Amino acid sequence: MEAARPVSAPLPRATAGPTPLFGAYGIVKRFGSFTANDGVDLEIRAGEIHALLGENGAGKSTLMKILYGLLEPSEGVVTHRGDIVQLPNPEAARRLGIGMVFQHFSLCENLTVEENIALVMPPELSGRALADRIAKLGIDYGLHLEPDRPVWSLSAGERQRIEIVRCLLQDPKLVILDEPTSVLTPGEAEALFSVLERLAREGRALLYISHRLDEVRRLCVRATILRAGRVVGACNPREETARSLAAMMVGSAVHEVSARAVRAIGAERLRLDHLALPAPGLHATALRDVSLRVSGGEILGIAGIAGNGQAELFAALSGEALAADPACVRLDGKPVGGLGINARRRLGAAFVPEERNGHAAAPLMSLSENALLSRHPTAPLTRAGLLRAGAARDLAQRVIAAFDVRKSGPDPAAGTLSGGNLQKFVVGREILAQPGVLVINQPTWGVDAAAAAHIRQAVVDLAAQGGAIVVISQDLDELFEIAGSIAVLHDGTLSAPVPTAETSREAIGLLMGGSSDAAPALAPAPALAPARTH
Amino acid sequence: MRLDLVPRIRRSAVLDILAPALAFVAAVMVGGVAVAALGVSPGAAFVTYFVTPLSDVWSLQEIALKAAPLALIATGLAFCYRADLWNIGAEGQFVVGGLAGGWVGVATHGSGGSVWILPAMLAAGALAGAAYALIPAVLKVRLGVSEILTSLMLVYVAQLLLDYMVRGPLRDPAGYNFPQSVGFEAAARLPYLMEGETLHAGVLIALAAVGLGTFVLARTLFGFEVRLVGASPRAARFAGFSDARLTLAVFAISGGAAGLAGIVEVAGRIGQLQPEISPGYGFTAIIVAFLGRLSPPGILVAALVIALTTIGGEGAQIDLKLPLDLTRAFQGLLLGLVLGADVFARYHVRLVPGGPVSRTAP
Repeated sequence: MEAARPVSAPLPRATAGPTPLFGAYGIVKRFGSFTANDGVDLEIRAGEIHALLGENGAGKSTLMKILYGLLEPSEGVVTHRGDIVQLPNPEAARRLGIGMVFQHFSLCENLTVEENIALVMPPELSGRALADRIAKLGIDYGLHLEPDRPVWSLSAGERQRIEIVRCLLQDPKLVILDEPTSVLTPGEAEALFSVLERLAREGRALLYISHRLDEVRRLCVRATILRAGRVVGACNPREETARSLAAMMVGSAVHEVSARAVRAIGAERLRLDHLALPAPGLHATALRDVSLRVSGGEILGIAGIAGNGQAELFAALSGEALAADPACVRLDGKPVGGLGINARRRLGAAFVPEERNGHAAAPLMSLSENALLSRHPTAPLTRAGLLRAGAARDLAQRVIAAFDVRKSGPDPAAGTLSGGNLQKFVVGREILAQPGVLVINQPTWGVDAAAAAHIRQAVVDLAAQGGAIVVISQDLDELFEIAGSIAVLHDGTLSAPVPTAETSREAIGLLMGGSSDAAPALAPAPALAPARTH
Repeated sequence: MRLDLVPRIRRSAVLDILAPALAFVAAVMVGGVAVAALGVSPGAAFVTYFVTPLSDVWSLQEIALKAAPLALIATGLAFCYRADLWNIGAEGQFVVGGLAGGWVGVATHGSGGSVWILPAMLAAGALAGAAYALIPAVLKVRLGVSEILTSLMLVYVAQLLLDYMVRGPLRDPAGYNFPQSVGFEAAARLPYLMEGETLHAGVLIALAAVGLGTFVLARTLFGFEVRLVGASPRAARFAGFSDARLTLAVFAISGGAAGLAGIVEVAGRIGQLQPEISPGYGFTAIIVAFLGRLSPPGILVAALVIALTTIGGEGAQIDLKLPLDLTRAFQGLLLGLVLGADVFARYHVRLVPGGPVSRTAP
């Protein structure tokens, strides 16, 4: 399998021909008074991986949706091999060979993997034939899927694999990928890059949207940068640094997170001892003999592939799942395994779950009600069971000010915020409580570079003030940036933590794939490992 | 062409009021067509249904007396439905409340008329209704039994229990074997609000319940919990709210409200126990709760509208020989149209050119 080969072969040079495979010229898209795209030009050539860069809200999604026929431009044209084409709907785009891998999954929870794929396939391709093709793609591209699993039981990473397979099954000429690696491990990402490079060598064009600038530099030789709906630059990412790319995106120098986590400076604050929890559902992961210790000032990073027990570990730490033996979980020495989430909050812990919409926040409720949501046990937001609406609004305003949350209106519904801004709100809400222990799951998933830097800095600052922090993340770059030590969660077991300074991405990657010996970093990046074994 | 529904994250206050109003207009127009098809002038029917009942004191009182139990029950039910729990047994809780409160009235008959009798009856009614509603709640929390089925089945149990009691233990010994209890003494009756009229203090109890329900839902942590559980159950668990505790609480509230409505009806209009004490208030209140879109002020309006059409329907039956079923059909039509109109208030409806349903989230 060539998927694991380090990619040193040069990318096919972009053909210098006058007619690109697809072009978009003078694209303007207005939503009411808001102009999402303002005269955007973009040319995509066969055989190239073309990066589209920009912060959240820069207009990338709008441009992608226009190319995929989901939106019609207010002005401007899309061309295919020099001819102007109309893309009134995704069906038309697919007929021209345009495929898309979405950042936000568009899957039916109640259907199986295979049924979800069959939904977008022509009717003649179904049943056995489809299952075989899924299996073959899985082997070829390292995109392992179990066709009979219902989607609701899958982790985010596994769901993304369905999206990718679904797109590849249509044999597209242009593949639009929106943040495709945000839930993958380095090994998985590496395998995906091989897939993408192979697709490019096959003469297909790829439009690659990512916040991970290292990836863009690694994969792409041409990049178009959007800011506030306009093209502000085009470059060869390999001639730029990640920082200079980020600066072009945000229009100013990106704040770099200062100082990796201070080493443990205080007493032990959070401790798990041989915690075991049965799997809460058929396809959930049981936690087995998980132990960890975090002291004040320390950031413990927990790496792992999606679906290896992250959600279960988070629930066990937060008190959303209770331990059989109260002494398994200790906060500042007190056994809290039998206490619910609010009792743990009152003891100085705070939690940020992975899913913003519907778990950390209620999208249809206002920001002040969302401040109340997790802070009612620890902030003076109620008196004798009555809400103090003014106090909740003040708290929300303080979070908004401290974390630069961009919003419209004085107290809008949480669901109206962009992902990055809502995440800043959710993280800020917890950090302003000055918790002694913070457990945060996927702190910057799907968040733009500036917001991610802000969130990471806030986490580091909290540790500097003596907080004990557990960061569960699939983003190794993030963990290597902020964590003092890293442990790996695999199939419900947690490896012993190693100081970040004494390990490497490759060693962590091996552990994430389930390899017990963290072999020296001679080996190439690991090939994809299945997320879980059953 | 296809229709796409995109949720409005910002609800428009104007649309929220306009949608049910327009739905009402549409229902009246459709009703007018049906009336015309039955050979009656739609104009005359409109007057009989909606104008005449509002133009004399007696029928205005009747509307208030019918709306009171509906608003009281539906306000309680709103707590359940907001939390995504389905108590459809309010009729049974109403009956049990009326029976328990009425039993106090019968037991104190001839005791000299203490001022505590009436409060004791009301308390007994509310507590019995709450306890009766807790049966399906406990079954759901402990054993995972569907509350929809158990709460509905317990309606029939309650009705048969009342039937047995008024034919057996609570029957008036001097009542010539009629299946009914003794008539309550004055101390066991809700006082009339005006001399010589039918309007009694139960109407004030219903108004107080609507006010209290509004306050609790909007201004208390418990109300926040109810709203949050319905809107984002997982976020509610993150907020530390317990599903089981909330299930028990909202069933107790809705059962208590229904039980209180039951004893209000028995100690108010009826004045004794008899085999039938409800013309289906507990079921009609479900319609009222949704017509009022699960907000107590809306429920008050909806209860008045339903009471108006019921009284108007009785008038139409007498004056225009229109079938009573037409009233029921109109009420059902109104509910359907209000819920349908709600779609427009909740979603942007967009006509999208071309193509079968896209697999993409917009």
